[in-house]
Amino acid sequence: MINTLLEENHMQENSILRAKYAAKNLDVYYADKQALFGINLDIMENQVTSLIGPSGCGKSTLLRCLNRMNDVIDICSVKGSIRLDGQDIYDDGIDVVELRARVGMVFQKPNPFPKSIYDNVAYGPKIHGMIDQKSDADEIVETSLKKAGLWQEVKDRLAAPGTGLSGGQQQRLCIARAIAVNPEVILMDEPCSALDPIATAIIEQLIDELKQKFTIVIVTHSMQQAARVSQKTAFFHLGSLVEFGDTDQIFTNPQNQQTQDYITGRYG
Amino acid sequence: MQEHIVSAFECELNSLKNKILKMGGMAESQLRMAIQALKTNDFELAKKTITADAELDKLELEIEELAILIIAKRQPMALDLRRVIVTIRISGDIERIGDLAKNLAKRVIAISGRAPQYLISGLDAMSDLAQQLLKDILNAYAHDNVQQALQVWRRDAELDRLYNSVFGELLIYMMVDKHNISFSTHLLFGAKNIERIGDHATNIAENIHYMVEGELISGERPKSDMTSISNYKFDENTDK
Repeated sequence: MINTLLEENHMQENSILRAKYAAKNLDVYYADKQALFGINLDIMENQVTSLIGPSGCGKSTLLRCLNRMNDVIDICSVKGSIRLDGQDIYDDGIDVVELRARVGMVFQKPNPFPKSIYDNVAYGPKIHGMIDQKSDADEIVETSLKKAGLWQEVKDRLAAPGTGLSGGQQQRLCIARAIAVNPEVILMDEPCSALDPIATAIIEQLIDELKQKFTIVIVTHSMQQAARVSQKTAFFHLGSLVEFGDTDQIFTNPQNQQTQDYITGRYG
Repeated sequence: MQEHIVSAFECELNSLKNKILKMGGMAESQLRMAIQALKTNDFELAKKTITADAELDKLELEIEELAILIIAKRQPMALDLRRVIVTIRISGDIERIGDLAKNLAKRVIAISGRAPQYLISGLDAMSDLAQQLLKDILNAYAHDNVQQALQVWRRDAELDRLYNSVFGELLIYMMVDKHNISFSTHLLFGAKNIERIGDHATNIAENIHYMVEGELISGERPKSDMTSISNYKFDENTDK
């Protein structure tokens, strides 16, 4: 009975899903060295997709392609296509600044600006022209901090420097900063690797809530974290996508031997 | 299959496996002792069988504790996760097999040699087959051998057929003389116990299949127990 219910839920979930991103035959090179080989991957809207694999497997490279962060690396070149809502983000006409407003990013180490908590959150909306008057900024700061689950802890000290917060709070501040510009996608590059277990749990809870509004792609080295937070998991090895599927299945019954060996700790 | 990078994890998984095999060997010998006690009307052996069961229960607890510890410490994934979970289930099945053998041993004392040998020989044949199934299923578990597990899964129907014939035989015996009813009933329960052991062997087979393949066995298991109403085909929608 429960099984049937789960399956039905699953089917309903799947039936309303659509691909936010579609990568087709994606090759990425750093100078002569190829980092990604013919990646084909759909990332579903309002789901959390985790990218896992040993160091150097290409998962972070893929993540950085999704908002063209790789553009800042001169020797990096990209072939194939990545479509966001059907539009190739590597087309000539694409405004990269606008793209990065649509696709926010949270990094491994919390990196708040050396400014007040308030300004950390208000900065993005300001430079993107989303703010006409002070009350707009106040509202965006409050709702963003609330969505990031930080409001209660900082509402009385919004003028204090963001760098004075604890590591977990700083990371949530970075998430608030990312969602302040109202993005559609949030990319997370090992967002919890510098945090203690409680701060990690808070971020994971947050990821779960954020997926209602955003599409989330997360790179993580923690298998357990990938299993806990994501609905889809992609396993990479040596620049290739080895296996992609439902997280529930990848961690209980992976189809590929390499995936099995990696997630069970048989090679690294 | 490659070994784990963390060798202590490998050791713990092996220890889990060895404990299951030890448990299985003990349950097998309990069944052998119980049927021997019945055949020879040996009260001492029957009592020994009954007390031996405590050791099996102890081992089941050890397996459970180790499995919980592995989950807490190692957070196993994929095949390892299935292996740990399945081990807990299989230890439960073997523990039940021990209980059934113990129950059979208790009947020896209740019957007190009043049953004729040729009636007991029906149970003896059942026990031979049950022991064989048990041995095969432990072998299948030891070597992750799905094919052998599936053979056991199918062969349980043979045990059901033997049970049917013992059942019929005992019924006739009871109808002939009401003085036969008491020991015949005990024998009937004993036969049912052995038949149940076969069912536990098939449970183990299903678990081995899940452990290795990651999927449940598809299709209905062949059943031949015609003595109960349970073979009546219920409307599929009503029993959910």
